[in-house]
Amino acid sequence: MRPRITPYVFIAPATLLLVAFGVLPILVATFVSFTDMNLAGLGDWSRISFVGVDNYSQLFGDAAFWQAMRNTGLFAVFGVPSVIILSLAIALLLNRSGSRFFKALRSFYFVPAITAIVAVSLVWGYLYNTQFGLFNYLLSLVGVGPVQWLSDPTMVKFSVALVAVWRGTGLNIIIFLAALQGVPKEYLEAAELDGASAWRKTVSITIPLLRFAIFFVTITTVIAWLQFFDEPFVLTKGGPLGESTSISLFLFQTGFSASKFGYASAGSVVLFAIIAIITLVQLRARRTDVDY
Amino acid sequence: MSTTELAPAPPARRRTTPQVRTPKPRGRRLTVLVGAVLGVGALVTAFPFLWMVATSVKPRSESVAYPPQILPKEPTFEYFVQLFQDLDFGRYLVNTLIIVAISMVGLVFMAMAGYGFAKFSFRGREPLFFLVLVTMMIPVQVTMIPTYLILNGMKLTNTLVGVALPSLVTGFSVFLFRQFMTTIPTEILEAARMDGAGEARVFARIILPMSKPILAVQVVLTFIAGWNSFLWPLIIANDERYYTLSVGISLLNQQIASNPSLQMAAATLMVVPILVVFVAFQRFVVQGFALSGLK
Repeated sequence: MRPRITPYVFIAPATLLLVAFGVLPILVATFVSFTDMNLAGLGDWSRISFVGVDNYSQLFGDAAFWQAMRNTGLFAVFGVPSVIILSLAIALLLNRSGSRFFKALRSFYFVPAITAIVAVSLVWGYLYNTQFGLFNYLLSLVGVGPVQWLSDPTMVKFSVALVAVWRGTGLNIIIFLAALQGVPKEYLEAAELDGASAWRKTVSITIPLLRFAIFFVTITTVIAWLQFFDEPFVLTKGGPLGESTSISLFLFQTGFSASKFGYASAGSVVLFAIIAIITLVQLRARRTDVDY
Repeated sequence: MSTTELAPAPPARRRTTPQVRTPKPRGRRLTVLVGAVLGVGALVTAFPFLWMVATSVKPRSESVAYPPQILPKEPTFEYFVQLFQDLDFGRYLVNTLIIVAISMVGLVFMAMAGYGFAKFSFRGREPLFFLVLVTMMIPVQVTMIPTYLILNGMKLTNTLVGVALPSLVTGFSVFLFRQFMTTIPTEILEAARMDGAGEARVFARIILPMSKPILAVQVVLTFIAGWNSFLWPLIIANDERYYTLSVGISLLNQQIASNPSLQMAAATLMVVPILVVFVAFQRFVVQGFALSGLK
C-alpha cells in the first residue's frame, strides 16, 4: 500500500515556494498598502501605522502615476500587436521548409529572447548614442538628420518599445513553431490537391488551427507589456521626465528608490487588479468562442 | 491554459513523408524567396550581437570614432582583462554560477511536483494545481516589494540564497513537467512498486530517466533564467560581494559615454555563454514545447 502522504511530499517543496513567493506577497502587499511603511518601519515595526486608504487616494491624485499608466497603455497598444503579428509571420515563414538552412535561421530569431536584458540594453544604448551611435550614422547616409533616440519625449517611447519587440518575439516564435508541428499535413495536402494557394492554405487552415497558441501568446504578451520594466529601467531610468516610465518602473522607483513601501504596495495592488481583470476578460472571450 | 491530457506531438512528418510528388517549380521559387527574406531578417535581428562582439575588441578610440567602423582595425582583448583585473567581474561570475546551481535545486522540486500532480490522485489535487497555474499570472513587479519585505523578515537579504529563492520555482515549469509526466504509463510504475521499489526510487530511476526530453528543456531554460536574472539580484543584493554579472553590468551603464568598448566586452561576457548553451540545445527547446501539448 502506498502511504497517503506520498503525493504531498512530492508537491510540497514547489507548492510551498509558490505560495510563499507568489500568493503570500499579494496578501502582504494588500496589508502593507493600508500602512505608511517606509525604511524606518522596515527596521522597527512599531513605527508602522495604519493610514486607511490614504495611499490609494494619494495615488489616484498623483500625476506621475497617471503618466506611468498612460505610458504603459501606449506601450501595450504598440507592443502587443507588433509582437504577435511579427512572431506569427516569422514562425509561418520558418515553417515553410524543413531544410537545414531554415533550421539554422531559427536560432538567429530566438537569441534576442534569451540574452540578458542588461547586456542587450548596453548594446542598444550604444547603437542609439547620439554622438557616435551607429543608427544616426546610418540615417545620415540617407540624408536624415540626427534623431534624439532616448532624449526626445516621443521618440524615447518608440526606442525602448522597439528593443522590447525585438526581444519579445523569440519565445513566441518558439511557441508558434511548436504549435505548427501539430497542424495535420493531410489537411494542407488535401487543400493543395484542390488547388489552394500557399496564402489561402495559411489563412484558411493553418491560422485557425493555431487558435489556441495565438490565444496563449496573446494573453502572455498582454501581461508582459503591462509589466513592461526592464528596457526603460536600463536604457533610460524612465526619463526624460518620466516619459518612458512604465507602471512597473514607477512602482520600483517609489518602492525602492524612495522607500515608500506602503505607497508602492498600493500601486502594486492596483496593477494586479488591472492585470487580473484584463486576463479574466480574455479568458471569458475565449470561452464564448467556438471550438474546432 | 489547457490542463487536459497531453496529446503527444506527432513525429516530425516532414522527414518521414516520402516525397512522392516533386515540388512544383512555383512553390520552389517561393521557398527560395522566403529563405532569402528570412536570411536578411535573421541578419538584422542578430546585428546588435555582431556589433557588440566587434566593438568589444576595438580600442576605445575606435569605438567612439565617428563615422563608426564595422570591424576593428587593431583588435585588442584589454577590456576583457580589465573586467577581471580592475573590476570585480570574477566575483560576479562566481556569484552568477552559484545562482545557476541553486536554481537547479529548484528544477528538482518542480520535477517532483510535476510527478505528484501527474501520477497521484489525492485530496486537494485540483485546487492545488489551480493555485500553481494562478501564480503564473502574478507579475513579478507586483510581488517585488512584499517579497523583499518577506525575505528581509527571514534575514535573507544580501545572501545568494535570498537572490535565488523568489524565482526558484515557477508555475509554468511545474505545468510543463506535469503535462509530460502524465504520458508515462502507470503500469511501469506499478510494476516497479510490485518489485519493492520505494517511491523515491521510482522517481529517481524511472520517472526522471523517462522524462529526459522535458528535463533537457527545463535545464536549458533554468540555466538561462538563472544566468540572466536581474531584478532579484538588484533588489536583494545591496552588498557588492553578492552582485551578479547582470548587476555588475548595469553599473557600467552609468558610464555610457565614456567607454563603449569596456561595456561591449562585459555584454559579450554575459551573452556569449547563453548563445552557446542555447544553440547547442535549441532543438530540445522547440520539441519540448511541442511535447507539452501547447498547441
